[in-house]
Amino acid sequence: MSAATTTYGVEPSGPKPRRVTPARIGIYAFLIVAAIFFLIPLAVMILTSMKPMDEIRGGNIFALPLNPTLDYWVKAWSSACTGRDCNGLAPGFFNSMKITLLAVPISIILSMLNGYALSFWRFRGSELMFGLLVFGAFVPFQVLVYPIIFALSSVKLPWGGTLFGTLPGIVIVHSIFGMPILTLLFRNFFASLPGELFKAARVDGAGFWRIFFSVMLPMSVPITIVAVILQVTGIWNDFIFGLVFAGRENLPMTVQLNNIVRTSTGTVEYSTNMAATILTGAVPLIVYFVSGKWFVRGIAAGAVKG
Amino acid sequence: MGKLPAIIGTLPMMIVAIGVFVIGIAFTVVLSFTNTKFFLINIDFVGMRQYDILWSTPRWLQSVANIWLYGFGHIGLCVVLGFLLAVAMDQRIRGEDTFRTIFLYPFALSAVITGLVWQLMLDPIWGLQAYVRSLGFADFTFAPLANGSTALYGMIIASTWNGVGVTMAILLAGLRGVDEEIWKAAKIDGIPTWRTYISIVIPMMRGATATALVLLVVNTVRTFDIVIAMTGGGPGISTQMPATYVIDSINARNVAQGTAGATVMLLPIAALILLQAFFRWRAARIKARAV
Repeated sequence: MSAATTTYGVEPSGPKPRRVTPARIGIYAFLIVAAIFFLIPLAVMILTSMKPMDEIRGGNIFALPLNPTLDYWVKAWSSACTGRDCNGLAPGFFNSMKITLLAVPISIILSMLNGYALSFWRFRGSELMFGLLVFGAFVPFQVLVYPIIFALSSVKLPWGGTLFGTLPGIVIVHSIFGMPILTLLFRNFFASLPGELFKAARVDGAGFWRIFFSVMLPMSVPITIVAVILQVTGIWNDFIFGLVFAGRENLPMTVQLNNIVRTSTGTVEYSTNMAATILTGAVPLIVYFVSGKWFVRGIAAGAVKG
Repeated sequence: MGKLPAIIGTLPMMIVAIGVFVIGIAFTVVLSFTNTKFFLINIDFVGMRQYDILWSTPRWLQSVANIWLYGFGHIGLCVVLGFLLAVAMDQRIRGEDTFRTIFLYPFALSAVITGLVWQLMLDPIWGLQAYVRSLGFADFTFAPLANGSTALYGMIIASTWNGVGVTMAILLAGLRGVDEEIWKAAKIDGIPTWRTYISIVIPMMRGATATALVLLVVNTVRTFDIVIAMTGGGPGISTQMPATYVIDSINARNVAQGTAGATVMLLPIAALILLQAFFRWRAARIKARAV
């Protein structure tokens, strides 16, 4: 898969534009209409979260709130019900934090080592391992769900229970499924470094770990940023792994969000639902807007994560 | 000599590659020939029985029909819209960064969020239909999710909103990889712009297009989150997908049935990989002949 090598191009390459022509107006019209289509749901999310249901009624989905309020945000955060518990999204936020803060560094360090070894320390079978790993990026998760449930429930913990449905369990699952794409990312990065760098370090007598920590690690800062963005958004947005593997105590925010929405009885309370949606989307959105081009760089590689 | 630390350093990779991917897939395939309920006690091999059940279960048949329709709709829309957006973005426009930011932000949001916000947009009482009716078009109808025969189209709209930006980004990178000289040559020969795109540029973008398509196919096969968030598989079973069938079967303690569905889900991926191998083989042969 050479997807990861596709980087965002430098200069527009299309035909040179003339001055204002009908064609040019058409292009802008198309882009602006498309932009509106993309922005409408965000606008609806924000507007709806700040007004009561009465103000949405009668086709007023796009109306500005008469008395903008953050009450629904507060409710979504701290008192909306998921099943019998009414603690809002807050527990889900902290669970997602725990999962992300553990799984991101673990998966990145492991994958960085893989990429480094695959580029500079090939051994018999290393390419085969890499091939199998990349193949894994294409496999639908559903194929592996039961085998992993089975494996995690076979690991008995000394304090009782098994790994299935625990925080370490879900972190392991994220580290497994993050590995193919991150390894690809790091392998391509290390392969692009000049080989002399590695040879010089070898001549100086440095070994596998020494070269990794003193030469490679400091040079991989930019690619690591891409990897962090990829993993933070990927893990934060995950739903199915959290649903299956995290266990009741560690349900991530996306699962809590879905539970809150499913719990509403009678008329759907879209105000609270949309406030909950914004709160859940806030972390990846902030990452996206702050990281800008870095995010785009990760996309070609990261899109495969789904 | 010297390689041992590398082997130790990549031990997790080997465990994942072999222990999870190879053994895990084999495990799933083997279980699909048994009648395992949930725990692995008394494994009975029952041949193809799980597959017979699978292909005579209405919900599975519906799921397979759904994923074809959904796949063609979603992938087709993403490729066509993604390409048009990429071409428009490539015309030395002003505010390119702003447009890109807008087209790509939905991808930063999870499928659950995408499903929920579009559920509101497509809600007949609260969403777009009510809005257009309030403008005076009292008969306006646009509520795909309310009806089993149209619910999938609603899901296609939502998932395309989420994913088209990525296709655009990949295709735009492909467009910009086309040599500037091509454009100059086409201009000198007096070939119209649209002709240049269709006859010269698009064929040259095979790599980017293949990448975008592979990503779309892989993500389509897995479709799960958006179904749960948007329709829960309904109305009825009208938006069920193979992935939801597998997960529900496992949850319902019918693991063998779930693994049979999962094994079928592997087929399109296997086809993709064989296709890729074929193209590689052909490219190598053409190269060998040329020498």
